[in-house]
Amino acid sequence: MRIRGVIFVFFASMAAMTVACERRSSGPQDTTGEILVGMYGSLTGDGASFGQSSVEGAQLAVEEVNNAGGVLGGRKIRLLVEDDQSRPEEASSAVTKLITQNKVVAVLGEVASRRTLAAAPVAQKYKIPLITPASTNERVTQVGDYIFRVCFIDPFQGEVLAKFAYNDLKARRVAVLKDIQQDYSVGLTDSIQKTFTGLGGKVFDPVSYSSGDADFRAILTQVRAQKPYAIFATGYYPEAAIIVRQARELGMSMPILGGDGWVGDALKNGREALKNTFISNHYSGQNPDPIVQNFRTAYRAKFNREPDSIAALGYDAAKVLADSITRAGTTEGPKVRDAIAAANVAGVTGQLRMNPSRDVVKPAVIEELQFADGDVKYVYRATINPN
Amino acid sequence: MDTFLQQFINGLSLGAIYALIALGYTMVYGVLRLINFAHGDVYMLGAFAGYYLANSLNLDANPSILGAVLVTMGAMAICAGIGIVIERFAYRPVRHHSRLTSLITAIGVSLLLEYGGQVVFGATPRFFPQMISSRTYSLGGVQITNQSLMIIVVSIVMMFGLEFIVHRTRIGKAMRAVSYNLPVARLMGINTDMVIAFTFALGSALAAVAGVLVALSIPRIDPLMGLMTGLKAFVAAVLGGIGSIPGAMLGGMLIGLMETWISATSYSTYRDAMAFAVLILILLFRPAGILGTSVTEKV
Repeated sequence: MRIRGVIFVFFASMAAMTVACERRSSGPQDTTGEILVGMYGSLTGDGASFGQSSVEGAQLAVEEVNNAGGVLGGRKIRLLVEDDQSRPEEASSAVTKLITQNKVVAVLGEVASRRTLAAAPVAQKYKIPLITPASTNERVTQVGDYIFRVCFIDPFQGEVLAKFAYNDLKARRVAVLKDIQQDYSVGLTDSIQKTFTGLGGKVFDPVSYSSGDADFRAILTQVRAQKPYAIFATGYYPEAAIIVRQARELGMSMPILGGDGWVGDALKNGREALKNTFISNHYSGQNPDPIVQNFRTAYRAKFNREPDSIAALGYDAAKVLADSITRAGTTEGPKVRDAIAAANVAGVTGQLRMNPSRDVVKPAVIEELQFADGDVKYVYRATINPN
Repeated sequence: MDTFLQQFINGLSLGAIYALIALGYTMVYGVLRLINFAHGDVYMLGAFAGYYLANSLNLDANPSILGAVLVTMGAMAICAGIGIVIERFAYRPVRHHSRLTSLITAIGVSLLLEYGGQVVFGATPRFFPQMISSRTYSLGGVQITNQSLMIIVVSIVMMFGLEFIVHRTRIGKAMRAVSYNLPVARLMGINTDMVIAFTFALGSALAAVAGVLVALSIPRIDPLMGLMTGLKAFVAAVLGGIGSIPGAMLGGMLIGLMETWISATSYSTYRDAMAFAVLILILLFRPAGILGTSVTEKV
């Protein structure tokens, strides 16, 4: 299998080089033409929904900025998008390519923490600011002072979920399923365990699986024997859809909770099994705030579908970047970095103000999921503010 | 006790999947002494053929058993055709070279199908339509879905069907003759090329059945789904005694049960390693497998 991997990487890099050679790039000294912004994401593979939503959100934001006259005296922003096929090693080579060959002034992207953690050191090395829309693992922004995010972090998300399960669902004994391949899932699991135990509840030893698994019956049967009142599934949406389905098939009707990683189009394959499931999320489409409703209207007009929270975060990340370039008055990395660190922008997902650790602090919402008309409906339940 | 029985059922339904694929490995090996590493990928193609057929019949919106049978037969026909093409263009030209050449060709075909599949179908996992409404039967705390039940029943039926074809039909007799001695079989007037092509068609059709059934029960399909499952089915075939049809069944069930058992402990993430540890142990201590002997009856 390793040999297969090597062969594949060899051909993939040949292909990437061929494509790269055909692309024309403008140098960093260019101060009049388009401003190139790189975006890398999982447009294909396991996390395809993440990549597509975040890129669409960013495209919408860039279009709005350009239609309003661009930045730095009428210069337009051009978004260059790279697909990392949901693979961490591809993520870091995509960012290397964007920075060294396309000479982008800043990078937006990745949703999955594992892939952002793989790519962020590259941006840090070249001193190019990187804003991740939705990577919630605590360690992401600790990579360096050029790495920012526009979403809350997992210690907070885990706290929100644990509190909701304890206070609102009145759960006292819970089980946790974690994806050991994903930093996101591992971090979220730790935080849920800590908060829930702190509240006085009992958390059974987390049960592990790996991304790409499709048969969870054995581990779910084991969880069933512990008779938990609720289950946390802290991984991403492709596995979550199958976990809820197989849990219901095994006669487990208890509430199942997940994080923002559940937001993805394949979640709808959970179908009727999604009844009695809850997630923490970054924003609710039911929020009447005009900034949210204007975003929804514009997004639906452009992409002909309802935006999810990942799209909203992609939009916010691009808006923060455009605003920061304007305030910096230049596209030079260090100055743009300083401007992002001082950002204070009203976003679709809340007020975006960077704290000293380059994270934003903002509330989370709890949504109840329903399956209707062949799709998932996110029903707003509560907003939980950081303390 | 409930938990134990439930895990037993889980293990059997997983094992039946491996058994179905292992049957195809074993049959081709029995006739040609070739480990057809592309078999797991033909299984993947079967699932994708089923996916496109089911969607074109719009079975997700109106599930029907007749539709599911049609889709399965369609996928079988498509995969049988692919099996014949693979044999004709990849294996036949190197048949008279050393066995290693065929083995490496098989790995090449496997890679071609996997990464070709990523180009054609895309790397994004698809969700298989629900051709048959899912129903769960409950018996004293033990749950089993109609899809899992179907996989177990179909794999047993397939095993007996194969046994019948190999031992009770003319073409089966020809297959056994080719297996014993190919040049002599040809001298006796057997169209050996046709018999080998038939073997591949049959094995690939079996893989297609496995692909569609598995996709019904575990609806997530992607171009690399055949890689790990195929390797484990190969281990199952070796464990049961490669070349032996009941051995493939037994090996599949054992691997399924072991994997479920490992998943149920706190070592759940080692379950993939387990299958390969079993392979090493079997090759060290009983290379012919459980039901195989040194003069095993060849298919």
